[in-house]
Amino acid sequence: MSELIFDKSKAGRRCAVIPCRDVAAVCVPERYRREVKAELPEVSEIDLVRHYTNLSRKSYGVDNGFYPLGSCTMKYNPKINEDAAELKGFTDIHPLQPESAVQGCLEVMHTLSEYLCEITGMEAMTLQPAAGAHGEFTALSMIKAYLLDRGETSRTKLIVPDSAHGTNPASANMCGFTVVNIPSTADGIVDIDALKNAVGGDTAALMLTNPNTVGKFEKNIEIIEKTVHDAGGLLYYDGANLNAVMGVARPGDMGFDAVHLNLHKTFATPHGGGGPGSGPVGCKAFLAKYLPNPVVKSENGIFSFERPEKSIGMSKSFFGNFLVCVKALAYIMTLGAEGIREAAENAVLNANYLQESLRGTYDIPFDGPCMHEFVVSLERLKRDTGITASDIAKGLIDRGMHPPTMYFPLVVHEALMLEPTETESRETLDSAAAALKDAIAAAYDNPQSLRDAPVSTPVGRPDETAAVRNPVLKA
Amino acid sequence: MSYIPNTPDERLDMLAAIGKREIGELFECIPSSLRLDELKLPGAKTEFEVIDKLSEIAGKNTVFKTCFRGAGAYRHFIPSAVKRLAAREEFVTAYTPYQAEMSQGVLQTIFEYQSVICRLTGMDVSNAGVYDGAHAAAEAAAMFKDRKRSKTVVSSAVRPMTLETIRTYCASAGSELAVVPTKDGVTDLEALAKAVDDKTASVYIEQPNYFGIVEDAEKTADVVHAAGAKLVVGCEPISLALLKTPAESGADAAVGEGQPLGMPLSFGGPYLGFMAVKSADMRKLPGRIVGKTSDSKGRDAYVLTLQAREQHIRREKSSSSICSNEALCALTAVIYCAAMGKEGLCDVADHCLSKARYAAEKIAAVKGFSLRFNGFFFNEFVTRCPVRSSVIMDALEKEGILGGLPVVIDGEECILWCVTEVNTRDEIDNLSNILQEAVK
Amino acid sequence: MSVQKDLFYAQSHEWVKYIGGGKALVGVSDHAQEEMGDVAFINLCEVGDVVDVGGGIGDIESIKAVSDIYSPVGGTVTKINDELLDDPSALNSDPYGSWLIELENVSENSKLMDAAAYEAFIAE
Repeated sequence: MSELIFDKSKAGRRCAVIPCRDVAAVCVPERYRREVKAELPEVSEIDLVRHYTNLSRKSYGVDNGFYPLGSCTMKYNPKINEDAAELKGFTDIHPLQPESAVQGCLEVMHTLSEYLCEITGMEAMTLQPAAGAHGEFTALSMIKAYLLDRGETSRTKLIVPDSAHGTNPASANMCGFTVVNIPSTADGIVDIDALKNAVGGDTAALMLTNPNTVGKFEKNIEIIEKTVHDAGGLLYYDGANLNAVMGVARPGDMGFDAVHLNLHKTFATPHGGGGPGSGPVGCKAFLAKYLPNPVVKSENGIFSFERPEKSIGMSKSFFGNFLVCVKALAYIMTLGAEGIREAAENAVLNANYLQESLRGTYDIPFDGPCMHEFVVSLERLKRDTGITASDIAKGLIDRGMHPPTMYFPLVVHEALMLEPTETESRETLDSAAAALKDAIAAAYDNPQSLRDAPVSTPVGRPDETAAVRNPVLKA
Repeated sequence: MSYIPNTPDERLDMLAAIGKREIGELFECIPSSLRLDELKLPGAKTEFEVIDKLSEIAGKNTVFKTCFRGAGAYRHFIPSAVKRLAAREEFVTAYTPYQAEMSQGVLQTIFEYQSVICRLTGMDVSNAGVYDGAHAAAEAAAMFKDRKRSKTVVSSAVRPMTLETIRTYCASAGSELAVVPTKDGVTDLEALAKAVDDKTASVYIEQPNYFGIVEDAEKTADVVHAAGAKLVVGCEPISLALLKTPAESGADAAVGEGQPLGMPLSFGGPYLGFMAVKSADMRKLPGRIVGKTSDSKGRDAYVLTLQAREQHIRREKSSSSICSNEALCALTAVIYCAAMGKEGLCDVADHCLSKARYAAEKIAAVKGFSLRFNGFFFNEFVTRCPVRSSVIMDALEKEGILGGLPVVIDGEECILWCVTEVNTRDEIDNLSNILQEAVK
Repeated sequence: MSVQKDLFYAQSHEWVKYIGGGKALVGVSDHAQEEMGDVAFINLCEVGDVVDVGGGIGDIESIKAVSDIYSPVGGTVTKINDELLDDPSALNSDPYGSWLIELENVSENSKLMDAAAYEAFIAE
């Protein structure tokens, strides 16, 4: 079962075959020719199909079961979105066709951009970034170009709360900014005094996730906005958690100047085992001229590309992960204005319901109502029983669910972060709560069963130390 | 329709369980001045209406029956098994394989993908892929920068979008970028030698280059290494079945656009950037890497590894922030390579090479369409265009043909043509006939 | 957890051993290696680099963390422990034998702790 495709290779076996060459053969001159053929597998079609079908059965997606991975918004991925993205009129279009021959693609991009502007309260949008972190890089590049354009060369610092996703400081570093980390309060939100001390003439921007990574809405957002803007800095919204507030409140109204979204989280496009995602960036009008090249404009019903006046340039080839954008558009069309809001409301309801179900069994460091996700701490459990958050997570696999996010955010020790999303039923939440409680009971009754977990999977815990010390990265 | 299973009554019960009466109470933490009345978006639609509307929009695009355009995106034959297998929902709806035990399938496919990329490029270590070819080039440039060397040198014979992407990344990082001119359709090595200095971290060329010509990568490597810099080669993956590998040419890193390996054109994405390096630079690679290890019972197990390179651990000290990548495209690529196989990929490359030569001869035989450059080419080549290129494109479009890409080279109107295994001899003959008619 | 007697320690858990001739070796303490867990890789500065007191001299990667290392004293780097770079696990098994760099023209740092003071410091 765990054989590699290469192990199944037998000389002479063929799967796909192309027609006979109908022109004369050309030889590669020796100085350009590779010495030996690349050792690709030689397999029949049924070998190929069984190999990858069996590997798919050793994978776990939202379609297999509950997937409460905090900060990842693993909601159901509607099948109609896949059908829409498989339309020949989308898949068989060359990106360098003349504009007159791609009016449909441009309409998709223009319409989706408008919808996303409305949802975020922004005034311009690019769909070019391929992922959330790519959106961060793109937006920070725009902010940098804006500041340089204004001669504000001393604004080199980006303020990032200590609860932020690792991509935030890493993107800031890629753009040559110095990161200033600020602490959170005991309630898990931005420490306003620390923020006030951090801002100044050297502040480029604040990067903020709202609701933040512990699932709390930054209730002081108006003070935060004023503090940063008064100091001459900009506000950047990490849209990882937009699912909690879409249709309810908008980053643009909160005073954010730029945002990135994760279509593969909030807008139900599948995550593909790691990608492709899509990380559109929205901004207020004053930043629009720095957007990546190109943007789509519409005039008298005719769509065309144009290069923004002071564009940062391209952040990748072409126009973004277009088919992912088609899926997100299909999703927004299906939900409509009301459905978008309903999704956010039920995401928050489900998270609060699950949090309530676990209260008493799990320590909730930032207690009180949460938004779409919440964090529990197993620090006390570890002290009492030696069982770690990781042990509980592995025990949950044996109890039939995908574990929550582990060890994030960094501000909570032995953290598990749960985001059930709106597309889970009450029964699913109830059985997940039962599994989560059962795992804690096992920590006291039979801790070895958790240390040995998981036992229901094709393999047990991999030896990660050996993997790092003696890397085997290819066959 | 918002895919919410709970009925209104169930929602009320759940609210009661958390001590609330109505859903609005859950949002009291949001200042009332910031709460939205309603989104100005159209109302909900049924599945039937949505697919109808999107089909109508898709219908506004032209699906060309025949395509002679490449320039960074290539039409190839995609076996049905590739599409079906990569659409398995367990793969499609999975997240990044953080929980290794329940993600062995996804992890093994990435390990196989890394192996295939190493076998094609001759390199030692591949990552799990990045956003696309242009992004891979930009990440490679960033990867080789250090305290002492931060300048990037790029050949002007690379795809314009790749150059523009590298330029964006260098500008944001505040690091220097130099562009080397082209001579006779290939990188000018004398100019390159002058541009590379003791501040240069890496040099980027493409193989074949934007004009379709195969560069002398070995000589380039000598020039680059003489200055102590690294050579990054952006390569076309199908050509690797026949052409000298980047490793054989002495490159330090091989990157490229993986789209030809089973991904449809899709108006530019999602595509796949591949990146591979020699062992010595393993820890400089950005992105996910899967390693093979074992579990406590000695069973083979795959796991995300060398994670201390990555943003979630290194944070502001990380040179790349990539998190989500193009895993499903990497899966597609490995299934494609397995479906074509050792011989099949050579067949595809052989068709591209031979048919492109046939097409070049046919087109060049038309008055005024002579080849612009003399170098050895793979599946793309540039010809002159004796009339306004729009005249040619319009004539072809009427016949359902997407012609080559109009390009201007040193003020001269030219066309960059692309021929792959899906173009038949009849299509090529037909193309040359239409060109003949158009310039009569 | 052990603290070696003849060494001096910084609050950031590096040790320094004066070896005469104005030279010193720098490493990390047993406490530090235990906090890091299984060490997988070590990035170090280069021979010839001049470092200040508290200046970064590299970082240590364990399986799921990366820790910066700061020089407890100033000086010019004269040697890098290549053997340790080839087998970083030695840092876990023998932290006081696993020096990272050798410095010359070593500057004094009066804030360093002796073994007893360091023992008290990590007990806090």
